[in-house]
Amino acid sequence: MERSTLSSAPKPPGRPLLAILVGGQSNQGARKALWGYLFIAPWLIGLLVFVAGPILASLYLSLTTYDILSAPRWVGLDNYRRAFFEDPLFWPSLGRTFYYAFVVVPLGLAGSLLLAQLLNQGLRATNLFRTAFFLPSLTPGVALSVLWLWLLNPKLGLANQILRPFGLGDFPWLTDSNTVIPSLILITLLTTTGGGSMLIFLAGLQGVPKELEEAATVDGAGRWMKFRHVTLPMITPTLFFNLVLGIIGALQAFTVAFVATNGGPDYGSWFIALHIYQQAFAYLRLGYGATLAWIFLVIVLLLTLVNFAFSRRWVFYRGGS
Amino acid sequence: MATTADPTFTTALGRPTRLGVWRLRRLNILYVVTVALAVVFVFPMFWAVMSALKTPSEMYAFPPVVIPSSPRPYNFVEAFTDFPFARWYQNTLEVAILATLGTVLSSCLVAYGFARFNFRFKNLLFMLTLATMMLPSQVSLIPRYVLFHDLGWIDTLNPLIIPPWFGGSAFAIFLMRQFILTLPRELDEAALIDGASYPRILWDVLVPLCKPALATLAILTLIANWDSFLDPVVFLQSPAHFTVAIGIWYFKQQEFQVTPTDQLLMASAVTSMIPPILLFFAFQRYFVQGIVLTGLKE
Repeated sequence: MERSTLSSAPKPPGRPLLAILVGGQSNQGARKALWGYLFIAPWLIGLLVFVAGPILASLYLSLTTYDILSAPRWVGLDNYRRAFFEDPLFWPSLGRTFYYAFVVVPLGLAGSLLLAQLLNQGLRATNLFRTAFFLPSLTPGVALSVLWLWLLNPKLGLANQILRPFGLGDFPWLTDSNTVIPSLILITLLTTTGGGSMLIFLAGLQGVPKELEEAATVDGAGRWMKFRHVTLPMITPTLFFNLVLGIIGALQAFTVAFVATNGGPDYGSWFIALHIYQQAFAYLRLGYGATLAWIFLVIVLLLTLVNFAFSRRWVFYRGGS
Repeated sequence: MATTADPTFTTALGRPTRLGVWRLRRLNILYVVTVALAVVFVFPMFWAVMSALKTPSEMYAFPPVVIPSSPRPYNFVEAFTDFPFARWYQNTLEVAILATLGTVLSSCLVAYGFARFNFRFKNLLFMLTLATMMLPSQVSLIPRYVLFHDLGWIDTLNPLIIPPWFGGSAFAIFLMRQFILTLPRELDEAALIDGASYPRILWDVLVPLCKPALATLAILTLIANWDSFLDPVVFLQSPAHFTVAIGIWYFKQQEFQVTPTDQLLMASAVTSMIPPILLFFAFQRYFVQGIVLTGLKE
């Protein structure tokens, strides 16, 4: 591939200035490069106006107090000091978010992989099963919230009516600050395990060459050995993809906690995303909200970097690198 | 070698060997497990539908009523008259359709640019695009709110409809680029020799071949917009402008102020589940392919 930036490569004689600026080797190539820019122009604008610009603007706002009615007032690192040392809800909300994410992600991945394995056994009516597993993930988050709020209602909900004969009929589910997060975890697992990540695992499993598994069988490997030493290594790229996006998604948990419990009871489900929302849009502390959002961004990025760094040790790409 | 019809599992007389018997038993266990899981996943939705058809007394009965004795579809009518659901559906449809149209059209252009042209910073820009998939949306939310406020778009549907026209999303661009990369370049070149311009090549040659990918993207975007909650709850303020998702949340907050209306809340939740499920059943193949395509390495 031609790389216009490589200065060590011998330059073709008389490469036009335009080509040096936008890419390509000749005037014709440069014209083509300009077309390329033209086609991606909408996204360049979108990226600038709706993604990159706002993220930078957010960094600026995080150093101000701002209520949208009057101009932002510069306060330096005051908001950060407040978040780290004075805000009684900040650290607990982060802790809760991590608690939720670090239980949901591994269990969710294991569950999705298990479901994908079941769908990969060549059972009859596999399509029907796939649809059944997938349906809950199509349900809008708000609908899920009101549905599960009803199912888990301590007095009238179906869950406790079923548990009552076993003496567990008073389980508080979403109404107690100690059980609210495990309940949210249960809801998430029962609604997303069969979603996109399961389909991606299924595609990964179907991509494992049959000959490899057969060779392992010939060598006398049992099912677990085959899974552990043949299948699992072959699907590590898929696992990694689901892991990265799973963590990022779980840390942003918002809708169910917001609709079903509104962060309660007693702040029991007050996740960081709720804290940001509440500060910015209920109290119109847009500056402080931006501070929280930036701290959150840095945490998410660090986690993703750690993920990528560790991936070298366990993710196996066919065909090297 | 272990192939399907082989002597390891079947004797010469067609009877299962001991290993074959064991395999059958394992198969039965697999069926039981799979069916049980399928029930676990579908039951809550079944319960939602049943609850939506109950009378208030059946709703709170003990032992629980599974199937209402005389199903009450009137609950749906009542939910729709108590709250402006018709308006909310209209708003949601408007957002979902226009945002999807914008995403599909503009991501096609951008994906074509990334897939078929060489220009400076292309790889950097593409990596940046992919990186935005890993950013939590909360970070850009506040400045976007400020921007839309300054534009006078707060409490209108504009913040949900207009931004998708600028490339859609990183996901949409990635999906379309992956698909265009699978189409042979000779097609473009032949059209170019015939004197077609680049926009013509995209529109007349590539887009017709991209139909499966476009369908996939359209379905996924429609459903994502239908389900979307955080952006609408921030940008919309008066009930007249709500989408269905925000409407249900609003309904839920008003609940119990007059009479118990859980069955109506369930009815409204059930109606909000229907469009994504219908789309899924109508286009299941595209749907599954699309999700899978994004999960595979380039």
